[in-house]
Amino acid sequence: MIRPELVCPAGTPSAMRTAVDAGADAVYCGFQNATNARNFPGLNFTVPELERAVAHAHAGGTKVLLALNTFPPAGKVDLWKEAADTGARLGVDAFIVADIGVADYIARTHPDIRLHLSVQAAASTPESIQYYCREFNVKRVVLPRILTVPEIKLMADEIPCEIETFIFGNHGLMVEGRCSLTNYITGLSTNMDGVCSPAAQVEYIKDDEGNLSTRLGEYTIDCFSCNESAGYPTICKGRYLTPAHDGPYYAFEEPISLNLSTLLPDLMKAGVTALKIEGRQRSKAYVKSVVSAYRKAVDSIMAGQDPQISDLLALTEGQKETQGAFKSKTWR
Amino acid sequence: MAPILFHWGAEDKLAFYDRIADAPVDDVYLGEVICSKRAPFFEKHYDEVAEALTKAGKQVVFATLAEVMLKRERHMIAGFCALEDFPLEINDSAALWHLKDKPYRVGPLMNVYNEDTMAYLAARGAVHFSLPPELPRDSVAILAAKAKELGASIEVQVFGRLSLALSARCYHARAHGRIKDNCQFVCEQDPDGMPLNTLDNQEFLSVNGIQTLSHSYLNLIGELQDLQDMGVTHFRLSPHTVDMVAVAEIFRAVLDGVTNAQDGRAQLDALDIPAPFVNGFWHGQAGHRMIGA
Amino acid sequence: MHLINIKVHMLQQPTVARMQHTESKPAIAGFLQRRPRWAPPAPLFLLQPVLRRIVQKIAENNPDMFGRLGPHYRAVFVIDPVNLPFVMLLRPDPDDLMLVARRRSEISEHDARISGKFLDLLMLVDGDLDGDALFFSRNLTITGNTEAVVCLRNALDDIDDSIAEEVADMFGRPGRAALMALRRMNEKRETQ
Repeated sequence: MIRPELVCPAGTPSAMRTAVDAGADAVYCGFQNATNARNFPGLNFTVPELERAVAHAHAGGTKVLLALNTFPPAGKVDLWKEAADTGARLGVDAFIVADIGVADYIARTHPDIRLHLSVQAAASTPESIQYYCREFNVKRVVLPRILTVPEIKLMADEIPCEIETFIFGNHGLMVEGRCSLTNYITGLSTNMDGVCSPAAQVEYIKDDEGNLSTRLGEYTIDCFSCNESAGYPTICKGRYLTPAHDGPYYAFEEPISLNLSTLLPDLMKAGVTALKIEGRQRSKAYVKSVVSAYRKAVDSIMAGQDPQISDLLALTEGQKETQGAFKSKTWR
Repeated sequence: MAPILFHWGAEDKLAFYDRIADAPVDDVYLGEVICSKRAPFFEKHYDEVAEALTKAGKQVVFATLAEVMLKRERHMIAGFCALEDFPLEINDSAALWHLKDKPYRVGPLMNVYNEDTMAYLAARGAVHFSLPPELPRDSVAILAAKAKELGASIEVQVFGRLSLALSARCYHARAHGRIKDNCQFVCEQDPDGMPLNTLDNQEFLSVNGIQTLSHSYLNLIGELQDLQDMGVTHFRLSPHTVDMVAVAEIFRAVLDGVTNAQDGRAQLDALDIPAPFVNGFWHGQAGHRMIGA
Repeated sequence: MHLINIKVHMLQQPTVARMQHTESKPAIAGFLQRRPRWAPPAPLFLLQPVLRRIVQKIAENNPDMFGRLGPHYRAVFVIDPVNLPFVMLLRPDPDDLMLVARRRSEISEHDARISGKFLDLLMLVDGDLDGDALFFSRNLTITGNTEAVVCLRNALDDIDDSIAEEVADMFGRPGRAALMALRRMNEKRETQ
């Protein structure tokens, strides 16, 4: 069994230091602009911050992966190219990309730096992944969260690159890179602006009875009674009405987080070479808890012991966790 | 005329294409784009429909699946990519592997957002680009100019519900308490999609199996002149149960300068589609908005 | 308006030493434990200069944090510890800092309000609790300008050192004792 790389989120320099200290093998991060899919207010790195962060991470033996995983709209491609050039200058260990044009630019301009195919590229078949490997010399694919473990194992046998899968965190329901729900409501695009449910257009309204309505733009996307746990204010985690269903229901998915801790040994046996923790938008408290827990679990599996997984339920959305598509096809 | 996104019965599809043969459209896309489970219902009719449409002077194009995961779906893609008689519109990157240097069309569910991606694909076989509907006008203008330079044609959706998201999960099945493998084709009940309203009963989205669309209908009839001026060559109408021949005639008349945009808009209004028209994406705004109505 | 208040209260110059003197227990912890018997509450003007010193110290030690606030550095946040008899108003503008205490009945115009139990808020500011998790469990409520709150959260979260410890250090041994007492209270609560 290959020792998998634990790939951890860093939304701020402080979170990156926390991840490095907690045992991350690699951290992923982005600049403070539309070039990455977590372009959230107050988050991410300035160029000097990333420069210091790369030095700190490398000193601790941790790799830095730079997310350039959005789709530049025509006329704005230079911003992505500059971000790639800056990342190369700062010595990042890999770029995570989704757009064919961006992948091509990096493959030509910075051929010595590894390319990882982002989950945003939604490459879900051996054919698709082989295409990116053939064309851009992609070294690793981040798989969409839609395959079962046996399907991942079959995939591993067919593709010429490493596999990274998500193991914990936000469980996006729409295929990444193929969702413009946010743009439909807010005028800001997930693919082009790196924005999902922009906070500026999220409003929480509490009524006298303690019920909390979540509004995105001009639409109500959910309402939690006072004893219900809440989720992210995203359209895919909202409750809606339809004639076929009795009363309001979570049409896409309830607020819930992915947690594959019990599937870890199976994933590692299936040939997954990197385990990704979602959550660049989360706090360093989250990074510390989740990274430490998974560090311990991976190390004990490698030592041939039963993994000890701490309870991470308190950190999950809706205080619920799922194995999503990974466990069974019935999820679909 | 774009592929039918919804699960219509074979009889309905046959009747539809029978009428479309006489409609003023140039290209007709056939093929199941959303769900591989639906495909067998109509496969046996492709030959006759394609032949009839070709005879009527239409260019038939086969559109392929937007999401490829299963073995069966991978085989479908490989099969279509080997097709010699008709051009292909691809909607997932899996097809790119098979189509090395073979001409193909890029569908709107592929992510071609910029001139670099367009040029890369055009250098390797792409001859026609149907753009993602969320692209704003300014980006489309740049891409239209680039396509012209590359000798490719360019297509923009101008009518119909907007495809907003794809998932691996079937939301039609979910609404009926089922899963995808045991769906019993409940999606057939909603030929324009299943309505999804907000908790305060505001009309919001429309579900079509694994696809989520807008409740509203895109309508760029007021922008057709602009589209033509910037070099857009193809105008995509997405089929609904509304009289699509009438829709095609209205758009054709405006494109040909026979009707002005204002009258065309009024004629579309008169079709009484039970949803508002929108054009926000085109204007770089929220997709659910209607600018300059 | 708030500034005027600060100035007025500054004239009274109640010292930290005096606060500690009136409490046999560490100041803040004693303050909390006495809460049920609080009627009428202690005069808030005692708190104002302390809060002012706290916010100035944090700003001084962490000048980089303001960049993360983006356009929201002028926003006024109501920090509402729901189990205390007062709220705090914060404006994280480095050139015009404000942290003042107010009674709930006297809250003036503001951009956003963050409500939760005092200990949760403290742990949140200190990077010991995850804000999203607190929100998911409904122990944190946000109203008003959500983006401003997200910026503030991210700005505070990027501070490496413990803000609570920085503040505690300002008050020497009694301050550190108070913080320890608070943390014990929190641990006790978590194990319950």
